[in-house]
Amino acid sequence: MPRLKRKANSPLSKCPTGIQGLDEITEGGLPRGRPTLVCGGAGSGKTLLGMEFLVRGITQYHEPGVFLSFEETAEELATNVASLGFPVQDLIQQERLALDFVRVERSEIAETGEYDLEGLFVRLGAAIDTVKAKRVVLDTIEALFAGLPNEAILRAELRRLFRWLKQKQVTALITGERGDGHLTRHGLEEYVSDCVIVLDHRVINQIATRRLRIVKYRGSRHGTNEYPTLIDESGLSVLPISSLGLTYPVSTDRIATGIPRLDAMLGGKGYYKGSSILISGTAGTGKTSLAAIFVESVCRQGGTALYCAFEESPEQVCRNMRSIGIDLDPWRKKGRLHFHAVRPTVYGLEMHLATLHKQIQNLHPLALVMDPVTNLLSVGAPDEAQAMLMRVIDFAKSQGITAVFTSLTSGGDALEQSEVGISSLMDTWLLVRVLETNGERNRLLYVLKSRGMAHSNQMREFQLSDQGIQLQDVYLGAGTVLTGSARLVQEAQDRATFLAEQQAAQQRAQALRDEQATLESQTTALRARIEHIQAERQAVQAQEEARAEAACADQGALATARWADAPTAPHPRRARKGDGR
Amino acid sequence: MTRRDGGQQAAPKASSSTWNLRLYIAGLTPRAVAAFENLKQICEAHLAGQYHIEVIDLLKTPQLAKGDQIIAVPTLVRKLPEPVRKIIGDLSNTEKVLVGLDLRPRT
Repeated sequence: MPRLKRKANSPLSKCPTGIQGLDEITEGGLPRGRPTLVCGGAGSGKTLLGMEFLVRGITQYHEPGVFLSFEETAEELATNVASLGFPVQDLIQQERLALDFVRVERSEIAETGEYDLEGLFVRLGAAIDTVKAKRVVLDTIEALFAGLPNEAILRAELRRLFRWLKQKQVTALITGERGDGHLTRHGLEEYVSDCVIVLDHRVINQIATRRLRIVKYRGSRHGTNEYPTLIDESGLSVLPISSLGLTYPVSTDRIATGIPRLDAMLGGKGYYKGSSILISGTAGTGKTSLAAIFVESVCRQGGTALYCAFEESPEQVCRNMRSIGIDLDPWRKKGRLHFHAVRPTVYGLEMHLATLHKQIQNLHPLALVMDPVTNLLSVGAPDEAQAMLMRVIDFAKSQGITAVFTSLTSGGDALEQSEVGISSLMDTWLLVRVLETNGERNRLLYVLKSRGMAHSNQMREFQLSDQGIQLQDVYLGAGTVLTGSARLVQEAQDRATFLAEQQAAQQRAQALRDEQATLESQTTALRARIEHIQAERQAVQAQEEARAEAACADQGALATARWADAPTAPHPRRARKGDGR
Repeated sequence: MTRRDGGQQAAPKASSSTWNLRLYIAGLTPRAVAAFENLKQICEAHLAGQYHIEVIDLLKTPQLAKGDQIIAVPTLVRKLPEPVRKIIGDLSNTEKVLVGLDLRPRT
């Protein structure tokens, strides 16, 4: 439900109760100067609501009050609420609170003729004047019906009383016992009709739950739902589902998941800070391990984490995580990691929510883990658990807490569905599943969704070992996805094939190298022969030249011998020499 | 603490058998006057000389309403003899008043 904005120029003035949550659903408080009826069964918290309205009115809004009790004496009342830390006696001494006990004992009263309840008016009026009260509580005025025999007079006087209270300009709260088929046993709603609040205390599956509902509120909008209500050591608190609205700030900061490869799958940086993460999967898929490694990572980076374990004791979680190389103990000792381990059935969902609120407000953790949220189903109906989780998520978001919820998917259910129906509220959803093949179960992890980041669409094989959590690429190829030993076998086969091919290539290269070497040596031999031939040719040529020269010399000698004066003798030798080259 | 005495009662001074009666009213309404008249008549008729009536007007002394747990007016309270008895209304039914004051056994 979206948050309703109060009109600035609301014609109806409101009187804030100071009770946590109640002012939000009434959009400011009870109608000022008018009576409000609070009805509910025995033990539903009517008296407490009234007393808290007065005490908070005095301490927070400086509006003195009068408590007119018809059931408990002033001393009993003061003692009862003292356990809630309400300083009733002090306030009475300071004359800011007046407590009056009206005892009506039928056996002591005889009736003759006409009368009216002016005595009550006088007492109330005197009390109001003494403390200058702005607020009045009448608890439970219906006791008059038991004490006074004449109902006709009583009804007429009650009508007059409420009119008189309005004239007095006091904000009155009248409590009434719940009746069959009526809001109150004696039909008080007939007289008090400006605002009617119903308190309820019912037991479902042996677990008690308190609720509050505003049946009507004349002239004002109000939350119409049944709101879970709590009574704890600080009084009453109403937990409006819509109290936070969708107005929280968001962060673009990232926070590491504790697994580098998972960070890589989530856009390279991990979860968004302050986002909600759902880890769902069937039994034994490693949800707790994923949550624990995140917590460990947060603690290692100096943050504080709150781990709500609904299934295991803190020691058990620590021991189990140690087996996969995640040591949480040091962080527990340093006070960075806090465990809140309770069975869900210890108390109702509302109490869980309230204790969680309190823990978060005390610790201001950076991370919150609820493991597993599906266990909360044993406490309430799915829609109640969902509403409770929604409030946890809203609260965590408003505080900037990164919250991890694990959800157990039971065997027969669709995987991509969270049991408590909260998946749509989550920013990031990691799904862990097992794949059964070749007689083994292997874990697969994938990011089903992750708002606002480019996340991987790949499946990863998720391995838990004493070295921690490893993410492996699954074997993709030839139209199959293989994991576990099948992946290992396939990978080994691939390696063998690769090796064989590699060896073949090497052999081929060697052969080629050999052949090249052979050819090269042959080339060398041939070159040697060529050189030999060349050398031989040169020798032959030199021989030829020597022979020609010798011949020439012989010819010259012969010519000289015949004609010693011939000048052209050297020419033929030179020309022959040039040809020889 | 101020006690408003009606002033009109008759009676010899307190003895062991004195009846101490208080009539609470809120202003001199016709109903209050009627109640006082009725009470006086009954007392004169049945308790002549041994009763004492105190009339308390709550409009003037509202704080006195607490002590006797008064819510309705008029209320007649029999303080003495014990136990305390209360009769509310204008005391117009003499029979009922007599029963209420234990002057006549309950039937």
